[in-house]
Amino acid sequence: MATIHELHTKLVNKEISAVELTKAVIAHKEQVEPAVHAYLSDSHEQALAVAANVDEKIAKGEAISPLAGVPGAIKDNICIQGQPATCASKMLENFIPPYNASVMEQLFSQDVVSLGKLNMDEFAMGGSTENSALAKTANPWNTDCVPGGSSGGSAAAVSSGSAIWALGSDTGGSIRQPASFCGVVGMKPTYGNVSRYGLIAFASSLDQIGPVTRDVTDAAIVMNAITGHDVKDSTSIPGDRPDYTKALVNDVKNIKIGVPKEYYGEGLNAEVRKAMDEAIETYKKLGAEIIEVSLPTTKYALSAYYIIALAEASTNLARYDGVSYGLRVPADNLVEMSTKTRTEGFGQEVQRRILLGTYVLSSGYYDAYYLKALKVRRLIKNEFDEAFKQVDLLLAPTAPNTSYKFGEKLNDPLAMYLEDVCTVPVNLAGIPGISVPTGMSSSNLPIGMQLLGPAMGEEVLLRAAYTFEQARPDCQVVAPTGEVSL
Amino acid sequence: MKITQEEIKKIALLSRLEVKEEHMGHMEKELSDILSYVAELNELDLEGVEPMAHAVPIHNVFREDVTKPSLDHDLALSNAPEEEDGYFKVPRVVQE
Repeated sequence: MATIHELHTKLVNKEISAVELTKAVIAHKEQVEPAVHAYLSDSHEQALAVAANVDEKIAKGEAISPLAGVPGAIKDNICIQGQPATCASKMLENFIPPYNASVMEQLFSQDVVSLGKLNMDEFAMGGSTENSALAKTANPWNTDCVPGGSSGGSAAAVSSGSAIWALGSDTGGSIRQPASFCGVVGMKPTYGNVSRYGLIAFASSLDQIGPVTRDVTDAAIVMNAITGHDVKDSTSIPGDRPDYTKALVNDVKNIKIGVPKEYYGEGLNAEVRKAMDEAIETYKKLGAEIIEVSLPTTKYALSAYYIIALAEASTNLARYDGVSYGLRVPADNLVEMSTKTRTEGFGQEVQRRILLGTYVLSSGYYDAYYLKALKVRRLIKNEFDEAFKQVDLLLAPTAPNTSYKFGEKLNDPLAMYLEDVCTVPVNLAGIPGISVPTGMSSSNLPIGMQLLGPAMGEEVLLRAAYTFEQARPDCQVVAPTGEVSL
Repeated sequence: MKITQEEIKKIALLSRLEVKEEHMGHMEKELSDILSYVAELNELDLEGVEPMAHAVPIHNVFREDVTKPSLDHDLALSNAPEEEDGYFKVPRVVQE
Protein backbone atom coordinates (compact mmCIF):
# COMPACT_ATOMS: atom_id res chain seq x y z
CA MET A 1 0.00 0.00 0.00
CA ALA A 2 1.55 3.28 -1.12
CA THR A 3 1.54 5.74 1.76
CA ILE A 4 3.01 9.24 2.09
CA HIS A 5 5.67 8.08 4.53
CA GLU A 6 6.79 5.14 2.36
CA LEU A 7 6.86 7.24 -0.80
CA HIS A 8 8.75 10.02 0.99
CA THR A 9 11.45 7.49 1.93
CA LYS A 10 11.60 6.30 -1.69
CA LEU A 11 11.98 9.89 -2.90
CA VAL A 12 14.72 10.70 -0.40
CA ASN A 13 16.57 7.44 -1.19
CA LYS A 14 16.26 8.24 -4.89
CA GLU A 15 14.48 4.94 -5.58
CA ILE A 16 11.96 6.95 -7.57
CA SER A 17 11.88 10.58 -8.71
CA ALA A 18 8.98 12.88 -7.89
CA VAL A 19 8.21 13.25 -11.60
CA GLU A 20 8.15 9.46 -12.05
CA LEU A 21 5.94 9.11 -8.99
CA THR A 22 3.53 11.80 -10.18
CA LYS A 23 3.35 10.22 -13.63
CA ALA A 24 2.69 6.80 -12.08
CA VAL A 25 -0.17 8.11 -9.96
CA ILE A 26 -1.61 10.01 -12.96
CA ALA A 27 -1.44 6.79 -15.03
CA HIS A 28 -3.20 4.89 -12.24
CA LYS A 29 -5.76 7.67 -11.93
CA GLU A 30 -6.55 7.45 -15.63
CA GLN A 31 -7.18 3.73 -15.20
CA VAL A 32 -9.52 3.95 -12.22
CA GLU A 33 -11.33 7.21 -12.90
CA PRO A 34 -13.75 5.95 -15.58
CA ALA A 35 -15.36 3.73 -12.92
CA VAL A 36 -14.88 5.91 -9.81
CA HIS A 37 -15.17 9.55 -11.00
CA ALA A 38 -13.64 11.08 -7.90
CA TYR A 39 -12.35 14.17 -9.72
CA LEU A 40 -14.10 17.24 -11.07
CA SER A 41 -11.00 18.88 -12.58
CA ASP A 42 -7.32 18.11 -13.12
CA SER A 43 -4.11 20.03 -12.61
CA HIS A 44 -1.58 17.53 -13.98
CA GLU A 45 0.67 20.15 -15.58
CA GLN A 46 1.08 22.15 -12.39
CA ALA A 47 1.57 18.88 -10.49
CA LEU A 48 4.42 17.80 -12.80
CA ALA A 49 6.04 21.25 -12.56
CA VAL A 50 6.04 21.05 -8.75
CA ALA A 51 7.38 17.48 -8.92
CA ALA A 52 10.27 18.63 -11.15
CA ASN A 53 11.05 21.30 -8.58
CA VAL A 54 11.11 18.66 -5.82
CA ASP A 55 13.50 16.53 -7.88
CA GLU A 56 15.80 19.51 -8.27
CA LYS A 57 15.86 19.99 -4.50
CA ILE A 58 16.61 16.30 -3.95
CA ALA A 59 19.40 16.42 -6.54
CA LYS A 60 20.94 19.41 -4.77
CA GLY A 61 20.79 17.50 -1.52
CA GLU A 62 18.25 19.89 0.00
CA ALA A 63 15.83 18.62 2.61
CA ILE A 64 12.25 18.16 1.39
CA SER A 65 9.06 18.29 3.46
CA PRO A 66 7.37 14.96 4.33
CA LEU A 67 4.56 15.75 1.86
CA ALA A 68 6.74 17.15 -0.93
CA GLY A 69 6.28 15.41 -4.24
CA VAL A 70 3.69 12.89 -3.00
CA PRO A 71 0.56 13.43 -5.15
CA GLY A 72 -2.63 14.41 -3.38
CA ALA A 73 -5.91 16.07 -4.32
CA ILE A 74 -8.22 18.70 -2.88
CA LYS A 75 -11.97 18.81 -2.22
CA ASP A 76 -13.63 21.23 -4.60
CA ASN A 77 -14.78 23.64 -1.89
CA ILE A 78 -11.20 24.70 -1.05
CA CYS A 79 -9.91 27.61 -3.14
CA ILE A 80 -6.80 27.33 -5.30
CA GLN A 81 -6.03 30.46 -7.30
CA GLY A 82 -6.58 29.93 -11.00
CA GLN A 83 -8.21 26.51 -10.66
CA PRO A 84 -11.97 25.92 -10.57
CA ALA A 85 -13.72 25.63 -7.19
CA THR A 86 -17.22 24.51 -8.09
CA CYS A 87 -18.54 23.10 -4.80
CA ALA A 88 -20.07 20.59 -7.24
CA SER A 89 -22.73 23.22 -7.96
CA LYS A 90 -24.03 24.76 -11.15
CA MET A 91 -23.86 28.03 -9.22
CA LEU A 92 -20.05 27.94 -9.18
CA GLU A 93 -19.42 25.79 -12.24
CA ASN A 94 -17.36 28.54 -13.87
CA PHE A 95 -15.93 30.16 -10.75
CA ILE A 96 -12.13 30.54 -10.69
CA PRO A 97 -10.92 31.65 -7.24
CA PRO A 98 -8.73 34.76 -7.34
CA TYR A 99 -6.77 33.65 -4.24
CA ASN A 100 -5.52 30.59 -2.36
CA ALA A 101 -7.07 29.17 0.79
CA SER A 102 -4.63 29.44 3.71
CA VAL A 103 -4.21 25.65 3.78
CA MET A 104 -3.18 25.77 0.12
CA GLU A 105 -0.62 28.51 0.83
CA GLN A 106 0.78 26.26 3.55
CA LEU A 107 0.79 23.19 1.29
CA PHE A 108 2.32 24.97 -1.71
CA SER A 109 5.14 26.29 0.48
CA GLN A 110 5.90 22.61 1.19
CA ASP A 111 6.07 21.68 -2.52
CA VAL A 112 2.83 19.81 -2.53
CA VAL A 113 1.71 18.11 -5.72
CA SER A 114 -2.05 18.38 -6.28
CA LEU A 115 -3.55 16.37 -9.12
CA GLY A 116 -6.91 18.13 -9.12
CA LYS A 117 -10.16 18.93 -7.38
CA LEU A 118 -12.50 16.33 -5.95
CA ASN A 119 -16.23 15.72 -6.17
CA MET A 120 -18.55 16.31 -3.23
CA ASP A 121 -22.19 16.82 -2.36
CA GLU A 122 -23.22 20.24 -3.62
CA PHE A 123 -21.97 22.85 -1.11
CA ALA A 124 -21.04 19.88 1.15
CA MET A 125 -24.71 19.18 1.82
CA GLY A 126 -25.30 15.47 1.89
CA GLY A 127 -23.88 12.14 2.97
CA SER A 128 -23.47 10.23 -0.28
CA THR A 129 -22.03 12.65 -2.90
CA GLU A 130 -25.22 11.96 -4.87
CA ASN A 131 -26.12 15.63 -4.43
CA SER A 132 -23.24 16.67 -6.69
CA ALA A 133 -24.67 18.57 -9.64
CA LEU A 134 -21.61 17.78 -11.75
CA ALA A 135 -20.56 14.12 -11.41
CA LYS A 136 -21.46 10.78 -9.85
CA THR A 137 -18.69 9.28 -7.71
CA ALA A 138 -18.73 5.55 -6.95
CA ASN A 139 -17.38 3.62 -3.99
CA PRO A 140 -14.15 1.87 -5.12
CA TRP A 141 -15.15 -1.23 -3.11
CA ASN A 142 -18.40 -1.64 -5.01
CA THR A 143 -19.21 0.75 -7.81
CA ASP A 144 -22.97 0.22 -7.30
CA CYS A 145 -22.58 1.84 -3.89
CA VAL A 146 -22.11 5.44 -2.74
CA PRO A 147 -18.71 6.63 -1.46
CA GLY A 148 -20.37 8.50 1.40
CA GLY A 149 -20.21 12.25 1.67
CA SER A 150 -19.93 15.00 1.49
CA SER A 151 -16.17 14.47 0.91
CA GLY A 152 -16.99 11.40 -1.23
CA GLY A 153 -14.47 12.36 -3.90
CA SER A 154 -11.70 12.68 -1.32
CA ALA A 155 -12.37 9.24 0.19
CA ALA A 156 -12.90 7.54 -3.19
CA ALA A 157 -9.69 9.04 -4.62
CA VAL A 158 -7.52 7.89 -1.72
CA SER A 159 -9.22 4.49 -1.59
CA SER A 160 -8.85 3.90 -5.34
CA GLY A 161 -5.27 5.20 -5.38
CA SER A 162 -5.90 8.14 -7.73
CA ALA A 163 -4.46 10.31 -4.95
CA ILE A 164 -2.19 9.22 -2.11
CA TRP A 165 -3.85 11.69 0.26
CA ALA A 166 -6.61 14.27 0.06
CA LEU A 167 -8.12 17.19 1.89
CA GLY A 168 -11.79 17.11 2.78
CA SER A 169 -14.04 19.22 4.97
CA ASP A 170 -16.25 18.05 7.82
CA THR A 171 -19.35 19.96 8.93
CA GLY A 172 -21.35 17.05 10.36
CA GLY A 173 -19.25 14.02 9.48
CA SER A 174 -18.26 14.82 5.90
CA ILE A 175 -14.67 13.56 6.30
CA ARG A 176 -15.20 10.73 8.77
CA GLN A 177 -18.26 9.08 7.20
CA PRO A 178 -16.92 8.78 3.61
CA ALA A 179 -13.56 7.63 5.04
CA SER A 180 -15.40 4.85 6.86
CA PHE A 181 -17.46 3.96 3.74
CA CYS A 182 -14.29 3.72 1.60
CA GLY A 183 -11.96 2.02 4.10
CA VAL A 184 -9.53 4.90 4.64
CA VAL A 185 -8.53 7.18 7.51
CA GLY A 186 -10.30 10.54 7.92
CA MET A 187 -9.69 13.15 10.57
CA LYS A 188 -11.84 16.09 11.60
CA PRO A 189 -9.57 18.39 13.61
CA THR A 190 -10.68 20.52 16.56
CA TYR A 191 -12.73 23.50 15.40
CA GLY A 192 -10.18 26.31 14.96
CA ASN A 193 -7.14 24.04 14.62
CA VAL A 194 -6.96 24.38 10.81
CA SER A 195 -7.70 27.69 9.07
CA ARG A 196 -11.03 27.97 7.24
CA TYR A 197 -9.87 30.94 5.16
CA GLY A 198 -10.62 30.01 1.56
CA LEU A 199 -12.94 27.13 2.44
CA ILE A 200 -16.26 27.93 0.79
CA ALA A 201 -18.64 28.21 3.74
CA PHE A 202 -21.54 25.87 4.47
CA ALA A 203 -22.06 26.26 8.25
CA SER A 204 -19.27 28.44 9.60
CA SER A 205 -19.45 27.41 13.25
CA LEU A 206 -19.15 23.73 12.30
CA ASP A 207 -16.94 23.54 9.16
CA GLN A 208 -13.37 22.27 9.48
CA ILE A 209 -10.79 21.12 6.90
CA GLY A 210 -8.99 17.84 7.53
CA PRO A 211 -7.02 14.97 5.98
CA VAL A 212 -8.17 11.78 4.24
CA THR A 213 -5.31 9.28 4.10
CA ARG A 214 -4.39 5.61 3.78
CA ASP A 215 -3.08 5.23 7.30
CA VAL A 216 -2.81 7.05 10.61
CA THR A 217 0.83 8.06 10.11
CA ASP A 218 -0.18 9.86 6.92
CA ALA A 219 -3.01 11.62 8.76
CA ALA A 220 -0.46 12.99 11.24
CA ILE A 221 1.81 14.11 8.37
CA VAL A 222 -1.01 15.98 6.61
CA MET A 223 -2.16 17.46 9.92
CA ASN A 224 1.35 18.86 10.48
CA ALA A 225 1.21 20.42 7.03
CA ILE A 226 -2.14 22.22 7.45
CA THR A 227 -2.41 23.05 11.17
CA GLY A 228 -1.63 26.44 12.68
CA HIS A 229 -2.99 29.78 13.72
CA ASP A 230 -4.12 32.05 10.88
CA VAL A 231 -4.86 35.75 11.31
CA LYS A 232 -7.18 35.54 8.30
CA ASP A 233 -9.56 33.25 10.21
CA SER A 234 -10.92 34.99 13.30
CA THR A 235 -12.00 31.64 14.76
CA SER A 236 -8.51 30.18 14.45
CA ILE A 237 -7.09 29.00 17.78
CA PRO A 238 -3.95 30.99 18.70
CA GLY A 239 -0.71 29.40 19.80
CA ASP A 240 1.77 26.80 18.57
CA ARG A 241 0.81 23.32 17.46
CA PRO A 242 2.57 20.09 18.41
CA ASP A 243 4.38 17.83 15.93
CA TYR A 244 1.57 15.34 15.39
CA THR A 245 3.92 12.60 14.14
CA LYS A 246 5.41 12.52 17.67
CA ALA A 247 2.03 11.26 18.87
CA LEU A 248 2.42 8.07 16.81
CA VAL A 249 3.34 5.90 19.78
CA ASN A 250 2.41 2.23 19.72
CA ASP A 251 1.06 2.03 23.26
CA VAL A 252 -2.34 2.53 24.86
CA LYS A 253 -1.56 1.05 28.28
CA ASN A 254 -3.54 2.82 31.00
CA ILE A 255 -5.29 5.05 28.47
CA LYS A 256 -8.93 5.37 29.46
CA ILE A 257 -11.33 4.75 26.60
CA GLY A 258 -14.95 5.65 27.11
CA VAL A 259 -17.69 3.74 25.33
CA PRO A 260 -20.74 6.05 25.14
CA LYS A 261 -23.73 3.74 25.29
CA GLU A 262 -25.99 6.12 23.34
CA TYR A 263 -23.98 5.36 20.17
CA TYR A 264 -24.70 1.65 20.44
CA GLY A 265 -28.47 1.72 20.56
CA GLU A 266 -31.30 0.97 18.21
CA GLY A 267 -30.54 1.41 14.53
CA LEU A 268 -26.92 0.27 14.75
CA ASN A 269 -26.18 -2.38 12.14
CA ALA A 270 -25.28 -5.74 13.74
CA GLU A 271 -22.05 -6.13 11.78
CA VAL A 272 -20.94 -2.61 12.64
CA ARG A 273 -21.73 -3.37 16.28
CA LYS A 274 -19.65 -6.56 16.12
CA ALA A 275 -16.69 -4.67 14.62
CA MET A 276 -16.91 -2.14 17.47
CA ASP A 277 -16.99 -4.93 20.06
CA GLU A 278 -13.89 -6.46 18.49
CA ALA A 279 -12.12 -3.08 18.49
CA ILE A 280 -12.97 -2.63 22.17
CA GLU A 281 -11.60 -6.14 22.82
CA THR A 282 -8.39 -5.22 20.96
CA TYR A 283 -7.89 -2.14 23.11
CA LYS A 284 -8.55 -4.16 26.28
CA LYS A 285 -5.87 -6.66 25.30
CA LEU A 286 -3.47 -3.82 24.64
CA GLY A 287 -3.90 -2.63 28.20
CA ALA A 288 -6.36 0.25 27.78
CA GLU A 289 -9.01 0.73 30.39
CA ILE A 290 -12.53 0.54 28.96
CA ILE A 291 -15.19 2.56 30.76
CA GLU A 292 -18.84 2.78 29.84
CA VAL A 293 -20.03 6.38 29.81
CA SER A 294 -23.32 8.11 29.12
CA LEU A 295 -23.95 11.21 27.00
CA PRO A 296 -27.73 11.41 27.42
CA THR A 297 -28.35 14.39 25.12
CA THR A 298 -26.80 12.57 22.13
CA LYS A 299 -30.29 11.57 21.01
CA TYR A 300 -31.10 15.24 20.38
CA ALA A 301 -27.84 16.17 18.66
CA LEU A 302 -29.10 15.46 15.16
CA SER A 303 -32.05 17.82 15.51
CA ALA A 304 -29.92 20.56 17.04
CA TYR A 305 -27.31 20.04 14.33
CA TYR A 306 -29.74 20.33 11.43
CA ILE A 307 -31.38 23.45 12.83
CA ILE A 308 -28.00 25.16 13.35
CA ALA A 309 -26.37 23.95 10.13
CA LEU A 310 -29.34 24.94 7.99
CA ALA A 311 -29.71 28.31 9.67
CA GLU A 312 -26.04 29.07 9.02
CA ALA A 313 -26.27 27.73 5.48
CA SER A 314 -29.22 29.94 4.64
CA THR A 315 -27.27 33.04 5.61
CA ASN A 316 -23.95 31.92 4.12
CA LEU A 317 -25.51 31.09 0.78
CA ALA A 318 -27.31 34.43 0.58
CA ARG A 319 -24.14 35.70 -1.14
CA TYR A 320 -24.98 33.82 -4.34
CA ASP A 321 -27.11 36.53 -5.87
CA GLY A 322 -25.68 36.68 -9.39
CA VAL A 323 -23.96 40.02 -8.78
CA SER A 324 -20.23 39.58 -8.32
CA TYR A 325 -19.37 35.97 -9.18
CA GLY A 326 -20.95 32.65 -9.98
CA LEU A 327 -23.99 32.04 -12.16
CA ARG A 328 -26.18 34.90 -13.33
CA VAL A 329 -29.54 34.39 -14.97
CA PRO A 330 -30.38 37.78 -16.50
CA ALA A 331 -33.62 39.53 -15.59
CA ASP A 332 -35.08 43.03 -15.68
CA ASN A 333 -34.65 43.79 -11.99
CA LEU A 334 -32.37 42.80 -9.16
CA VAL A 335 -34.79 40.69 -7.11
CA GLU A 336 -35.89 38.73 -10.15
CA MET A 337 -32.28 38.25 -11.24
CA SER A 338 -31.31 36.86 -7.83
CA THR A 339 -34.37 34.63 -7.63
CA LYS A 340 -33.88 33.17 -11.09
CA THR A 341 -30.15 32.73 -10.54
CA ARG A 342 -30.61 30.93 -7.24
CA THR A 343 -33.50 28.77 -8.42
CA GLU A 344 -31.51 27.63 -11.44
CA GLY A 345 -28.07 27.49 -9.79
CA PHE A 346 -28.85 25.53 -6.62
CA GLY A 347 -29.86 21.86 -6.61
CA GLN A 348 -32.88 20.51 -4.75
CA GLU A 349 -31.16 19.62 -1.48
CA VAL A 350 -29.44 23.00 -1.26
CA GLN A 351 -32.77 24.78 -1.88
CA ARG A 352 -34.50 22.62 0.71
CA ARG A 353 -31.84 23.50 3.28
CA ILE A 354 -31.94 27.21 2.51
CA LEU A 355 -35.73 27.21 2.88
CA LEU A 356 -35.61 25.38 6.21
CA GLY A 357 -32.76 27.55 7.45
CA THR A 358 -34.68 30.68 6.56
CA TYR A 359 -37.76 29.26 8.29
CA VAL A 360 -36.03 28.50 11.61
CA LEU A 361 -34.50 31.98 11.66
CA SER A 362 -37.65 33.81 10.65
CA SER A 363 -39.61 35.99 13.00
CA GLY A 364 -41.84 33.92 15.24
CA TYR A 365 -39.79 30.73 14.90
CA TYR A 366 -36.34 31.83 16.00
CA ASP A 367 -36.95 31.05 19.69
CA ALA A 368 -38.79 27.81 18.98
CA TYR A 369 -36.04 26.35 16.81
CA TYR A 370 -32.75 28.18 16.54
CA LEU A 371 -32.39 29.40 20.12
CA LYS A 372 -33.46 26.00 21.44
CA ALA A 373 -30.89 24.26 19.25
CA LEU A 374 -28.13 26.54 20.58
CA LYS A 375 -29.09 25.55 24.12
CA VAL A 376 -29.01 21.87 23.25
CA ARG A 377 -25.60 22.47 21.72
CA ARG A 378 -24.41 23.75 25.11
CA LEU A 379 -25.73 20.61 26.84
CA ILE A 380 -23.93 18.39 24.34
CA LYS A 381 -20.67 20.26 24.82
CA ASN A 382 -21.03 20.07 28.62
CA GLU A 383 -21.59 16.31 28.45
CA PHE A 384 -18.45 15.80 26.38
CA ASP A 385 -16.50 17.99 28.82
CA GLU A 386 -17.75 15.89 31.73
CA ALA A 387 -16.89 12.65 29.92
CA PHE A 388 -13.34 13.83 29.22
CA LYS A 389 -12.80 14.37 32.94
CA GLN A 390 -13.27 10.61 33.28
CA VAL A 391 -11.72 9.24 30.08
CA ASP A 392 -8.99 10.20 27.58
CA LEU A 393 -11.05 9.47 24.50
CA LEU A 394 -14.33 7.98 23.32
CA LEU A 395 -14.88 5.10 20.91
CA ALA A 396 -18.00 4.94 18.72
CA PRO A 397 -19.06 3.75 15.29
CA THR A 398 -18.48 6.38 12.57
CA ALA A 399 -21.78 5.52 10.90
CA PRO A 400 -24.64 3.24 11.93
CA ASN A 401 -24.41 1.39 8.59
CA THR A 402 -21.93 0.60 5.85
CA SER A 403 -22.24 2.11 2.36
CA TYR A 404 -25.47 1.57 0.43
CA LYS A 405 -26.69 1.48 -3.16
CA PHE A 406 -27.18 4.62 -5.24
CA GLY A 407 -30.67 6.04 -4.93
CA GLU A 408 -31.53 4.14 -1.77
CA LYS A 409 -31.96 7.23 0.41
CA LEU A 410 -31.95 9.98 -2.18
CA ASN A 411 -35.70 10.59 -2.21
CA ASP A 412 -36.10 10.65 1.54
CA PRO A 413 -34.13 13.60 2.94
CA LEU A 414 -34.93 12.71 6.54
CA ALA A 415 -33.62 9.15 6.13
CA MET A 416 -30.41 10.62 4.70
CA TYR A 417 -30.09 13.02 7.65
CA LEU A 418 -30.53 10.16 10.15
CA GLU A 419 -27.34 8.54 8.81
CA ASP A 420 -25.36 11.42 10.36
CA VAL A 421 -26.44 10.53 13.88
CA CYS A 422 -22.98 9.36 15.06
CA THR A 423 -20.91 12.15 13.56
CA VAL A 424 -22.74 15.43 14.20
CA PRO A 425 -22.28 15.71 18.00
CA VAL A 426 -18.54 16.16 17.45
CA ASN A 427 -19.05 19.21 15.21
CA LEU A 428 -21.52 20.77 17.64
CA ALA A 429 -18.97 20.45 20.45
CA GLY A 430 -16.04 21.48 18.24
CA ILE A 431 -13.94 18.50 19.33
CA PRO A 432 -11.68 16.35 17.11
CA GLY A 433 -12.53 12.92 15.73
CA ILE A 434 -10.73 10.37 13.60
CA SER A 435 -12.29 7.50 11.65
CA VAL A 436 -10.15 4.41 11.12
CA PRO A 437 -10.89 1.21 9.17
CA THR A 438 -12.21 -1.41 11.58
CA GLY A 439 -13.00 -4.39 9.40
CA MET A 440 -15.27 -5.45 6.56
CA SER A 441 -18.94 -6.38 6.37
CA SER A 442 -20.12 -9.71 4.96
CA SER A 443 -20.91 -7.91 1.71
CA ASN A 444 -17.28 -6.74 1.56
CA LEU A 445 -17.88 -3.10 2.45
CA PRO A 446 -15.63 -1.27 4.92
CA ILE A 447 -16.63 -0.45 8.50
CA GLY A 448 -15.12 2.46 10.43
CA MET A 449 -14.85 3.41 14.08
CA GLN A 450 -14.30 6.92 15.28
CA LEU A 451 -12.20 8.01 18.21
CA LEU A 452 -13.22 11.30 19.79
CA GLY A 453 -11.08 13.47 22.01
CA PRO A 454 -11.23 16.74 23.94
CA ALA A 455 -10.61 20.05 22.12
CA MET A 456 -7.01 20.16 20.81
CA GLY A 457 -6.64 16.51 21.88
CA GLU A 458 -5.63 15.30 18.40
CA GLU A 459 -2.48 13.68 19.80
CA VAL A 460 -4.26 11.14 21.98
CA LEU A 461 -6.53 10.24 19.04
CA LEU A 462 -3.58 9.72 16.71
CA ARG A 463 -1.79 7.63 19.30
CA ALA A 464 -4.77 5.37 19.97
CA ALA A 465 -5.60 5.07 16.26
CA TYR A 466 -1.98 4.27 15.42
CA THR A 467 -1.80 1.60 18.13
CA PHE A 468 -5.00 -0.01 16.84
CA GLU A 469 -3.64 0.00 13.30
CA GLN A 470 -0.43 -1.74 14.43
CA ALA A 471 -2.37 -4.34 16.42
CA ARG A 472 -4.96 -5.07 13.72
CA PRO A 473 -3.30 -5.39 10.31
CA ASP A 474 -6.43 -7.32 9.25
CA CYS A 475 -8.27 -3.98 9.25
CA GLN A 476 -5.73 -2.38 6.89
CA VAL A 477 -7.63 -2.93 3.68
CA VAL A 478 -6.95 -1.85 0.11
CA ALA A 479 -9.78 -1.46 -2.39
CA PRO A 480 -9.68 -3.76 -5.46
CA THR A 481 -8.12 -1.06 -7.66
CA GLY A 482 -6.30 0.75 -4.86
CA GLU A 483 -2.78 -0.56 -5.40
CA VAL A 484 -0.66 1.91 -7.36
CA SER A 485 2.09 0.24 -9.39
CA LEU A 486 5.28 2.29 -9.40
CA MET B 1 -45.10 20.43 13.02
CA LYS B 2 -46.73 21.17 9.72
CA ILE B 3 -45.57 23.88 7.38
CA THR B 4 -48.20 25.31 5.06
CA GLN B 5 -47.80 26.09 1.37
CA GLU B 6 -48.41 29.72 2.22
CA GLU B 7 -45.48 29.68 4.66
CA ILE B 8 -43.29 28.01 2.05
CA LYS B 9 -44.13 30.80 -0.38
CA LYS B 10 -43.21 33.37 2.26
CA ILE B 11 -39.82 31.82 3.10
CA ALA B 12 -39.13 31.25 -0.59
CA LEU B 13 -39.55 34.96 -1.16
CA LEU B 14 -37.24 35.72 1.77
CA SER B 15 -34.72 33.19 0.40
CA ARG B 16 -34.95 34.53 -3.17
CA LEU B 17 -35.99 31.11 -4.40
CA GLU B 18 -38.92 30.14 -6.50
CA VAL B 19 -40.75 26.95 -5.54
CA LYS B 20 -42.57 25.81 -8.63
CA GLU B 21 -46.22 24.87 -8.20
CA GLU B 22 -45.53 21.25 -9.20
CA HIS B 23 -42.87 20.92 -6.43
CA MET B 24 -45.06 22.45 -3.74
CA GLY B 25 -46.67 19.14 -2.74
CA HIS B 26 -43.50 17.16 -2.02
CA MET B 27 -41.71 20.22 -0.60
CA GLU B 28 -44.58 20.64 1.88
CA LYS B 29 -44.28 17.01 2.95
CA GLU B 30 -40.47 16.93 3.17
CA LEU B 31 -40.17 20.16 5.11
CA SER B 32 -43.00 19.12 7.46
CA ASP B 33 -41.34 15.73 8.09
CA ILE B 34 -38.04 17.36 9.00
CA LEU B 35 -39.66 20.03 11.19
CA SER B 36 -41.73 17.36 12.99
CA TYR B 37 -38.59 15.39 13.66
CA VAL B 38 -36.60 18.32 15.08
CA ALA B 39 -39.58 19.29 17.26
CA GLU B 40 -38.29 16.55 19.63
CA LEU B 41 -36.19 19.33 21.21
CA ASN B 42 -39.40 20.41 22.97
CA GLU B 43 -39.04 17.33 25.19
CA LEU B 44 -36.00 18.86 26.88
CA ASP B 45 -36.02 21.18 29.85
CA LEU B 46 -33.77 24.02 28.69
CA GLU B 47 -34.61 26.47 31.45
CA GLY B 48 -31.50 28.45 32.39
CA VAL B 49 -29.23 26.87 29.75
CA GLU B 50 -27.02 29.45 28.09
CA PRO B 51 -27.19 29.22 24.28
CA MET B 52 -23.91 28.34 22.54
CA ALA B 53 -23.34 29.75 19.07
CA HIS B 54 -19.69 28.75 18.84
CA ALA B 55 -17.60 25.86 20.15
CA VAL B 56 -14.47 27.91 20.76
CA PRO B 57 -14.72 30.73 23.29
CA ILE B 58 -12.81 33.28 21.21
CA HIS B 59 -14.22 36.81 21.28
CA ASN B 60 -13.19 40.12 19.73
CA VAL B 61 -10.14 39.12 17.73
CA PHE B 62 -8.10 42.26 17.12
CA ARG B 63 -4.98 42.86 15.10
CA GLU B 64 -2.72 45.81 14.41
CA ASP B 65 -4.11 48.16 11.81
CA VAL B 66 -1.39 47.84 9.20
CA THR B 67 -1.68 48.41 5.48
CA LYS B 68 -1.15 45.26 3.44
CA PRO B 69 -1.65 44.48 -0.21
CA SER B 70 -5.22 43.43 -0.93
CA LEU B 71 -6.90 41.63 -3.81
CA ASP B 72 -6.03 43.25 -7.11
CA HIS B 73 -8.93 45.16 -8.69
CA ASP B 74 -8.88 43.19 -11.94
CA LEU B 75 -8.63 39.91 -10.08
CA ALA B 76 -11.59 40.86 -7.90
CA LEU B 77 -13.62 41.51 -11.03
CA SER B 78 -12.34 38.42 -12.85
CA ASN B 79 -15.45 36.37 -12.05
CA ALA B 80 -17.98 39.17 -12.58
CA PRO B 81 -20.96 38.03 -14.66
CA GLU B 82 -21.03 41.54 -16.09
CA GLU B 83 -18.78 44.54 -15.50
CA GLU B 84 -18.38 48.07 -16.75
CA ASP B 85 -15.61 50.61 -16.06
CA GLY B 86 -14.23 48.53 -13.21
CA TYR B 87 -17.58 48.01 -11.49
CA PHE B 88 -19.97 45.08 -11.17
CA LYS B 89 -22.90 45.78 -13.44
CA VAL B 90 -26.45 44.90 -12.35
CA PRO B 91 -29.94 45.61 -13.70
CA ARG B 92 -31.32 49.03 -12.92
CA VAL B 93 -32.27 49.23 -9.23
CA VAL B 94 -34.27 52.47 -9.11
CA GLN B 95 -37.13 52.34 -11.56
CA GLU B 96 -37.97 55.40 -13.67
